[in-house]
Amino acid sequence: MNGLDTTLAALADPTRRAILARLARGEATVTQLCAPFPISQPAISRHLRVLEEAGLIVRRVDGQRRPCRLAPDALGELDAYLAMLRKGMERSYERLDQLLAANPSRKERP
Amino acid sequence: MSKLTLRTEGDTVVVVTRRFAAPPAEVFRAHTEPALLQQWCLGPDGWTMPVCVCEPRPGGKMRYEWANADGAGFSLTGEFVEVDAPHRTVHIERMHLPDPTPDNRIETTFAADGDGTLLTMRMQLPDAATRAMMLSTGMEHGMEDGYQRLDRRWAR
Repeated sequence: MNGLDTTLAALADPTRRAILARLARGEATVTQLCAPFPISQPAISRHLRVLEEAGLIVRRVDGQRRPCRLAPDALGELDAYLAMLRKGMERSYERLDQLLAANPSRKERP
Repeated sequence: MSKLTLRTEGDTVVVVTRRFAAPPAEVFRAHTEPALLQQWCLGPDGWTMPVCVCEPRPGGKMRYEWANADGAGFSLTGEFVEVDAPHRTVHIERMHLPDPTPDNRIETTFAADGDGTLLTMRMQLPDAATRAMMLSTGMEHGMEDGYQRLDRRWAR
C-alpha cells in the first residue's frame, strides 16, 4: 500500500478515529485512551499500533508508560490530495460558467 | 444566485449542488462531450486534459487524463451505469494517483431551475473515514470562496 492507502485504511475504523479525536486535544496514556471505550486495553493497543504504523501518532517512553500524541503533519498527504480535488472543482466550475456564458445560443435568448 | 452547497447524508454520502445560468441540455452536454469537458474540467490552473473519453450510455467508459507542464499527471476512469439525457446519470469512478482510489458511485441530476440548471451530485464514498477527511479539510468553505470571487466578477 502507498502512504495514502495506509492512511485511509488506518482511518477506516470508528474506534481509531475516536482515538485520534481524543489525541487532537492533547497527549494521552493508553489507560486514558481506554476509558471511553467498552473494549479491552490489548484491543486499544492494537489500534494504537495501526495508527503508529500509519504515521498518524507517535509515542514516547515515560517510565512504564508510553503516552501517545498526534504525529505532526499526520494527514499531510491526504490533506494535499483533498485540497487538490477541492481547488480543482472550484476552478473547473468557474470555467464551466464562462463556457456556458459564451455559448452563442444563449446570447440569442431574451 | 445560489452557488455551491455541500451536505452529508448518513455516514458515507456527500451531496453537492451548484446552479448554472444555462438550461439542463447545455449543462448536460458540458458534462458529457469530450471537446467541452476538455475546456473546463481541468482542476487547478496550469493543467490540461490531453485524453478525454466519455461515452454517456449504460456501460460506456470514461477516461480523463490530466497533465501539467512539469510532466505530472493523474487520471480518472469510470463506467456509466444509467444515462437519461439530459436529466440524470449514474456512474462509478476512481482516481489513479497512480494507485486507484476506492470506487466512488456518483448520481448526477440536471434539473431545470428557472432559466438555469440545478446540478446535484450525490457521491457515495467508500467509507466514513474517506468522507470525514474530505469534509474536515473545509471543502465547502474553499469552494464557496471560489464562487464568491466568481460572483464578484459577474457583478461588475
